[in-house]
Amino acid sequence: MESYRSHVLICGDTGCNSSDSPQIQEKFTEELEKNGLTNEVKLIITGYHGLCELAPIVIVYPEGTSYFKVSQDDVSEIVEEHLLKGRTVDRLMYHDRDSEEKIPYYNEIDFYKQQERIVLRNCGYINPDSINEYIAQGGYEGLAKALVEFEREEVTEEVIKSNLRGRGGAGFPTGEKWKLAGQEPAEPKYMVCNADEGDPGAFIDRSILEGDPHSVIEGMVIAGYVIGAEIGYVYVRAECQLAVRRLRMAIEQAEQLGLLGENILGTGVNFTLKVVEGAGAFVCGESTALTRAIEGRRGMPRPTPPRSTEQGLWGKPTVVNNVETLACVPYILANGADWFTNYGTPKSPGTKVFALTGKVKNTGLVEVPMGTSIRDIVFDIGGGGIQQDNEIKAVQIGGPSGFCLPEDKLDLPVEFDTLDDAGAMMGSGGLVVMDEETCVVNESKLHLKFIQSESCGKCTPCREGTKRMLEILERITEGKGRSGDIELMKELGDMIINTSLCGLGKSAPNPVLSTLRCFEDEYKEHLENERCPAGVCSDLVKYQIVPDNCIGCTACARVCPVDAISGEKKQPHEIDPDKCIGCGECLKKCKFEAVVLG
Amino acid sequence: MSKLKSLEDLKRYREQAKETIKARKTNENLLIVGMGTCGIAAGAREVLNVFMEELNKRELSDITVTQTGCIGMCENEVLVGVKKQGEERITYGNVAPEDVPRIINDHVVNGKIVNDLVIGKPQSK
Repeated sequence: MESYRSHVLICGDTGCNSSDSPQIQEKFTEELEKNGLTNEVKLIITGYHGLCELAPIVIVYPEGTSYFKVSQDDVSEIVEEHLLKGRTVDRLMYHDRDSEEKIPYYNEIDFYKQQERIVLRNCGYINPDSINEYIAQGGYEGLAKALVEFEREEVTEEVIKSNLRGRGGAGFPTGEKWKLAGQEPAEPKYMVCNADEGDPGAFIDRSILEGDPHSVIEGMVIAGYVIGAEIGYVYVRAECQLAVRRLRMAIEQAEQLGLLGENILGTGVNFTLKVVEGAGAFVCGESTALTRAIEGRRGMPRPTPPRSTEQGLWGKPTVVNNVETLACVPYILANGADWFTNYGTPKSPGTKVFALTGKVKNTGLVEVPMGTSIRDIVFDIGGGGIQQDNEIKAVQIGGPSGFCLPEDKLDLPVEFDTLDDAGAMMGSGGLVVMDEETCVVNESKLHLKFIQSESCGKCTPCREGTKRMLEILERITEGKGRSGDIELMKELGDMIINTSLCGLGKSAPNPVLSTLRCFEDEYKEHLENERCPAGVCSDLVKYQIVPDNCIGCTACARVCPVDAISGEKKQPHEIDPDKCIGCGECLKKCKFEAVVLG
Repeated sequence: MSKLKSLEDLKRYREQAKETIKARKTNENLLIVGMGTCGIAAGAREVLNVFMEELNKRELSDITVTQTGCIGMCENEVLVGVKKQGEERITYGNVAPEDVPRIINDHVVNGKIVNDLVIGKPQSK
């Protein structure tokens, strides 16, 4: 039997791999060999740890000492000092931002301390390519319970009791959905996992599949058993190569152990799982478009009803669940609905994973109990604004078709109904922090641009409406806005929401309308004064040099990429507004506060 | 891999699988080997490996083997600390590979301190 005194965990998801994780793995192998430790120390490549900002992360067990931002050059020191001599490498530990105290264990860092990791509990802890490690952590126990100890209806009742709601955005009760499909007389039925995560900036589903693929497989088998489906599909983006590879590997291992396929655990239950790689269209996140894409047709939504639970894949009853939702299912079955409802709030039990990005110190994946306030996520876990002097002005919740919540709304708890009541939505879990250097008009334009290019073109309001809205936003940010543009956008937005066929169109105007609600002044500033207060819209940004402050150091002139700055040495310089492209390099370079926004 | 055919199969499989992540669980029971330069020179690596082998042989999974640096008694290396849950840490000195089975059997398993090897223990004892 293999026995190692120490395990070294290296995070290796898509993000970490772009920060040299594969090279670090190689270097570790080399160094362990050089020091004769190969038989004593085991290297394990895990999925996602959460704190992207400080990746790659290396954790040495049994002590659990965590090293951050490890580079190839640090590897020999870790091996010689820690693994050989038992001394920690303090400089690679996390140091508290305020007290500068070193924190040896990752779970004692503020970022992790306030999280409640249920869905992500295995991510970064186990090797996703090893079914043994998943089972060692209690994996497939939920499935075994569901198949052996419970009747079908009891499983559904347990999930209904847990009040698990769909994490994909809409928050539909999962157990109810299963019940609806289960009651349909038509055969066969299908179970589908929606892993078509397309929001820019969201990487929750991908990370779960990369870090703990078996939890999704287990959830699918349980769901399939409950609704009476023997075939399941995971619809995942082809560009998530690592997720696809690990998922396929996990399926193969589960089949070998008889946890997938025919006669699962000797109970006579059959369930086959197939992976369908999608070509990456945002609209395929819509369940009716997704099922069409699996059928091999062009991914376009159709009017509902009939819902997928009545007529989904090939016209048969189909349940479509999101990755994060399915990953909750095994734990609910293994520990009971009451355990699950201990977390979160009565109406939204459990936890929610957010992809925290933007102008915040700690970017990454965070999992918090439902009901946690957005402010706690941004400030306590996220560490607040990226620059001390800049005030956080808003967060965008729910991705490109989500809502912008201004600073004074940050005390809202993350909970389906409360967010809905406040005119926002949970969405899939994107959380983008904006500070005073973010231009909300420009942000809305980027979101709309994304949605507009992803519109499938089937219905006119979405196809034409988003195009016209984008045109208006473009001209506003270029200083060519017309009077009445704001009113026109509001009207267009309402029309698109009310008349679009699917969720993509119905939510497309959200970023614009929600920023208009709380930042109309900023729009007006662009429109009426041709000024971008955040200094982002380059057509509206004009820089000037205050002659009294300028000492003629020439630093600005040297960084200007278009030679718009002229002046004699030690004499005040000048910016030629016709040449200036508003890149802001001069402002960043000037140490004398001589360059100002015009 | 043969297929799991029942709940019992899965449970048995899990017990075996637990071994794969054993090293990631920190136990309350610790075996600490001094691995400073002095310790390594005195043969700490070999002692540590023998400890690992012995623990495996006896299938003792509730004890974690860890290391520490030089604690200042270089002439008594190899130094080995045994810290059992709820008890004070006992330090053994001049430990040789052949002493390992005794430390495991007497102290770790049966709770009897191996007095002739002890060089440090709490004064009350």
